[in-house]
Amino acid sequence: MGLLSDPNRRRALIGMLTRLNAPICMICYMAGVAWFMGLAFEPFTLRTYMSENAMGSTMVEERFPAGERALATGREFAAHKKKTGGMPVDWLVRTMQARGLEVYTQRFSRKLPFPDEDKERYMVKGTNVYGILRAPRAPRTEALVLSAPCSPGNENNQAVGILLGLAQYFRSQIYWAKDIIFLVNEHDLIGMQAWLEGYHHTNTTGMDWSPLQGRGGSIQAALSLELSSDVVTSLDLVLEGLNGQLPNLDLANLFYAFCQKIGVLCTTQGKLPRNDWDTTSGYSHAVQTMMLMVLKQASSRPWGDHGLFLRYHIEAASIKGVNSFRPYKTDATTVGRLLEGMYRKLNNLLERLHQSYFFYLMPSLTRFVSIGYYMPAFGLLALILLLRALDLWVQLSSPPTRTTEDGVEVVPASPGVLSILTPLVISHLTGVALYTLPVLSQELAVEHFPVSETEAVVLTAIAIYTAGLALPHNTHRLLAGEGTEQGWKVLKLVAVLYLAVLLGCTALINFSLGFILALTLVPLAAFITPHVPKTLSAVVMVILSPGLTLLFAVFFFQELQETPVTLQEGWMLYLSVISQGILDHALYGSLLYPLAALLVYPCWLLFWNILFWK
Amino acid sequence: MAARRCLGLWFFLITLCVVSTGADVLHTTPVTGTESSAAGTETVVARELPEAPSDPGEHTAAEPTREGEQNDRTRGGEQTLGQPTREEEQEQEKTREGEQTPAQPTREEEEEEEEQEQTRGEEEFTREEEEEELTREEEELTTEEEELTREEEEQTREEEELTTEEEELTTEEEELTREEEEQTREEEEEQQTTAQQEEQTKRWEATELEEEHVHDAAVPPLAGDPPAADPPSPPPSKDDFQEELVIRPLHSGDIYASFQFRTVWDADFMGDQKVSHYRLFPKSLGQVITKFSVRELHISFTQGYWRTMQWGQPYLPSPPGAELWVWFQDTVTDVDGTWKELTNVLSGIFCASLNFIDSTNTVQPSASFKPLGIGNVTDHSFLRYATLPREIVCTENLTPWKKLLPCGSKAGLSVLLKSEKLFHSTFHSQAVHVRPVCQDPQCRTTSMELRQTLNVVFDLHTSGQGKREWSLFKMFSRTLTEACPLASSSKVYVDVTDNPQGEQFELSPATPLLTQAVVLGDRRTYSVYDLTQQASFGSSRSLNMLLRWKNSHNNVVPPVMLRPLLHSERYVAGYGLQAGEIHTLIYNHHPYRAFPVLLLSAVPWYLRLYIHTLTVSSKGKDNRPSYIHYQPSKDRERPHLLEMLLQLPPNSVTEVTVEFERALLKWTEYTPDPNHGFYVGSSVISALVPSVVAMDTNSTLDRPLFSSFFPCKEEASYFMRVYTEPLLVNLPTPDFSMPYNVICLTCTVVAVGYGSLYNLLTRTFQVDEPSPGLAKRIANVIRRFRGVPLL
Repeated sequence: MGLLSDPNRRRALIGMLTRLNAPICMICYMAGVAWFMGLAFEPFTLRTYMSENAMGSTMVEERFPAGERALATGREFAAHKKKTGGMPVDWLVRTMQARGLEVYTQRFSRKLPFPDEDKERYMVKGTNVYGILRAPRAPRTEALVLSAPCSPGNENNQAVGILLGLAQYFRSQIYWAKDIIFLVNEHDLIGMQAWLEGYHHTNTTGMDWSPLQGRGGSIQAALSLELSSDVVTSLDLVLEGLNGQLPNLDLANLFYAFCQKIGVLCTTQGKLPRNDWDTTSGYSHAVQTMMLMVLKQASSRPWGDHGLFLRYHIEAASIKGVNSFRPYKTDATTVGRLLEGMYRKLNNLLERLHQSYFFYLMPSLTRFVSIGYYMPAFGLLALILLLRALDLWVQLSSPPTRTTEDGVEVVPASPGVLSILTPLVISHLTGVALYTLPVLSQELAVEHFPVSETEAVVLTAIAIYTAGLALPHNTHRLLAGEGTEQGWKVLKLVAVLYLAVLLGCTALINFSLGFILALTLVPLAAFITPHVPKTLSAVVMVILSPGLTLLFAVFFFQELQETPVTLQEGWMLYLSVISQGILDHALYGSLLYPLAALLVYPCWLLFWNILFWK
Repeated sequence: MAARRCLGLWFFLITLCVVSTGADVLHTTPVTGTESSAAGTETVVARELPEAPSDPGEHTAAEPTREGEQNDRTRGGEQTLGQPTREEEQEQEKTREGEQTPAQPTREEEEEEEEQEQTRGEEEFTREEEEEELTREEEELTTEEEELTREEEEQTREEEELTTEEEELTTEEEELTREEEEQTREEEEEQQTTAQQEEQTKRWEATELEEEHVHDAAVPPLAGDPPAADPPSPPPSKDDFQEELVIRPLHSGDIYASFQFRTVWDADFMGDQKVSHYRLFPKSLGQVITKFSVRELHISFTQGYWRTMQWGQPYLPSPPGAELWVWFQDTVTDVDGTWKELTNVLSGIFCASLNFIDSTNTVQPSASFKPLGIGNVTDHSFLRYATLPREIVCTENLTPWKKLLPCGSKAGLSVLLKSEKLFHSTFHSQAVHVRPVCQDPQCRTTSMELRQTLNVVFDLHTSGQGKREWSLFKMFSRTLTEACPLASSSKVYVDVTDNPQGEQFELSPATPLLTQAVVLGDRRTYSVYDLTQQASFGSSRSLNMLLRWKNSHNNVVPPVMLRPLLHSERYVAGYGLQAGEIHTLIYNHHPYRAFPVLLLSAVPWYLRLYIHTLTVSSKGKDNRPSYIHYQPSKDRERPHLLEMLLQLPPNSVTEVTVEFERALLKWTEYTPDPNHGFYVGSSVISALVPSVVAMDTNSTLDRPLFSSFFPCKEEASYFMRVYTEPLLVNLPTPDFSMPYNVICLTCTVVAVGYGSLYNLLTRTFQVDEPSPGLAKRIANVIRRFRGVPLL
């Protein structure tokens, strides 16, 4: 800091930074990207290890015997489901009661802001059924949750069967120290949201639900089971939750430890861990796995029923059974034993899971990148913004004095507040319009155009987004003669700092989202001035805009999942992703849509404004 | 037989000779109640009289006189020092005796046995004992009379106090006091109802089983017995011990076993005279009561939560963890100090963490927890109440609890209390209640009553292997072979209300004795096994009751949720670590009657209650509590105390909500496991619940019409206490994994970052000519001297 106190050295430092600004920025950007890509390289990552003592050394024996009976229960459940054409509430209540649980139901109803065409639902009415296994000699202060969704069609019957089988087996054991709640939720995430809101008696999304009658205290951990076949080849662990929240890494470690112990293939992002890190294919496998996680996390949506638990500080994960064409199969008894082992270890917990990491990326199930390792990648990108801001600040504080013919030095007048404020306000108003209008104006759109409500919402959003591009012209019409050299510099300084703060905050909450946004917005923010070639820059800017980033992300995601799509399919997918994003926000409180509409898009518009500065 | 007796007597004499080297040992010699020991004491008295003639008070009165107190106190130390060996000896002796006389006759039995044919030696012994008792009683009568007058004086004084207190009340407070009075009345009524329950039990038994229960008259009267039931002239024994076990099959298929051991002692702990002779009453507790001037003491240790919705109401409710409430006598000046000491002593006695009770979790309820014994105390400054919801109850608490029993765990019902089975259950609760009760119907003198209760629920699925079939052996892995020889009554009750004709389950061995009692507002029928009767044990000489359900094809009946008239639920709402909301739901399932409840909740200071957000609503409407007592917390000193009197509308849910903020503790104040969360003790709901019997419209069926128009008073409502769940609340917790690194980093960042930023912002930097160095200055001086331009 003595460096900054000394004016001479400070001047030298600043001089160097302004002189070498562009090269340093280039280096930073490339270093950031390289660092990020290096995260998947195995020697740079850490091996996962169990941090929680209560779950580590204590050995438990898994004895769950009744896999076949559980599957039979699952078939019975399927038959009743088919008969009632939905959740067989009465049957579930009776079955759970016969297994010695305290059974309660919760009704809920929700009218979606617009019809969800993917899942074909608009007015949702349903019932959650849950049974509480009361732990002997425990005072109802702690609980664990095991949930299975009641999905339409032939899905997840086996999951419900195993859930009921485990309930029966767990009930006859004396060692439980925490209540165990067995939950069958209807309408997947909507039911889960209703149940969690009912349990915690909050209402963040305006859903109607009947209050819960029985509770088990504070929930310590939860697992959600999805299983649609009698035998599985592997189990997939899903961690990404709402707003990019992740459960404690120990939960993943626990799953992995038991898979190893029992001998079940386990994956994350559907990718098996590989040992050949030193080959190119091994490395690219790890990169793909990590990129899938990054994209899923950046999407801010819950990727399983567990995703909503994380808001309540409940560590949760989904376990999905995968049945592929591999020869080695695992039966239901083994899956039951795996869950039994996990629950017994969770039961041993003395504290909430807190010992291990909450912020991490996983290039494979056995490796992880902690926050300390991945943050520098983002830091390098964010540094560019700060350097540009410094450069602009220096330029503004020492204005180039122009000498008139008389030899009188004229200091150009500093731009008025209005010239900065107007673009700021107008672009944010556009953001507000983008946030509110699509849902509000759906009826109007449906009346005038031959589209469905969902299409109307998505197309309105895209229309408003595109209309925003025309703003600079209109802005300048409002402000006659304000377009000075100083003006755009001040505006750019504000915009760059705004973007730096915005991305910094986003990356702290959801690293993946922050990083992806930084990857596209930072170069744009760095090079845009009114003096660059307009057309080319405009094209680049549009390509790097948040909307198109999403489009590329959709294609990239499909590519990584090894289900490539054509342009046409991709476009349809893109539209559905937008509608899902808006729905996620309305139904579960996902923050991506408001963040993009209210902050990122206006910020991008500011730069668009600078490009067309007159 | 005679030879055996001689051997026993001889052994006893030897032990006494060894012991009686000190002159005053007599007073600590516990009278065990067996004939041989009684004979032994007599001989010692004969021997001792000439040895200690200088201290007459010791022999005439059970309590030492004022002059003797000094001596007595000095002796106290010796006694306690000598105690263990003596106890060992007694135990040895007891076991010897047990070996020698397999069926030890109790005093009660003796009376019966007198009528029957007995060996001559035993007769002699009993007669001797009786004679001795008579003389002792004569002595006592005089002292008792003195005590009586003193008691009367006290009573009048109390009445005066009451009247003055009533006068002091201003008109504003009238409503409050009325409610308080109501509450006290409630409490009294509860007391009455419990007494009445007992009385009821007695009456039914007496009426139904007159032949078998003639000797019941010999049992000294219980607390609150009406004059009608008063025996004509019972030989008042100094102390009395009763034991009973109630077994209730629950709807859910589980089974509930409730033990009660009751010791009543006609000793005056509160008087001036010191009590030093202990027989059946545990000395450890007696000394505590005397030392700390305790009027009433209630302590319970519970592991698990009582599931009202599945099991109905418990006989004695208790909150999870430990609960302690004590009424001190009004002679205590420093109540807080005494309370602190008392908790520490009790912590030692019960091997529990009661020493964690301090001012931060102690409250003084203003309306709840009125004394259950006699004495109408209204000044709640002598009451202390505390709970430790985190206390874990296990064998180390059970063992000292069992040691308080006269028979330990060696005979009687307490042989069933084996920890490996008791803790293989769904619910376990043990409690000790000490309170003063009336000695006689006129209530001229008081006795101390010690009730030790143990409640346990065995689970159908874990303990019963899913079969609805229960036996004593299956529950406790023991059977009953004898009553406690010291007990005046020893009974096992089995609730057969739902099984009047034996259509539900089969009870074997069958017993002809039946009794009815109104328990918790419901008339219940019980099968009674009297363990003092040899016939109860049958030919196998052991009692192993077996309850077997008839419908074997449908072993597991799906548990149907009960709808108890009053039950409650409590939870924390909201998410995040900043704020939250405590919801308390109180259900009134009565179809047409509203009743008042008193809600008490003590919340630790680190949840900062926003009392302005307190809302009480039932059926969607605001329900104004008629009485609110709120004591705000002080950080690190005392908890919040909130007491409310609420009227619950019929068939409704009343919801009490209050918001709170979670405090950030100092880093040393966190527990070693801060991420586990912090406990908030159970709320207590005290209520007068309308009785099921009174509610029953079909009561005309089994009652005469003329008796059923107005609901009869004692059955109209009953007192009940319901405890809610404790809460586990997470507080904002720093990362304790690397405190040193965190502290270092934070300090560095603050020091360096803040310091230099402050420098940059506040200082102005000017380029200044550096002052020349010493060498330069010297050079300049020389230069000036030489006339050369300066450097």
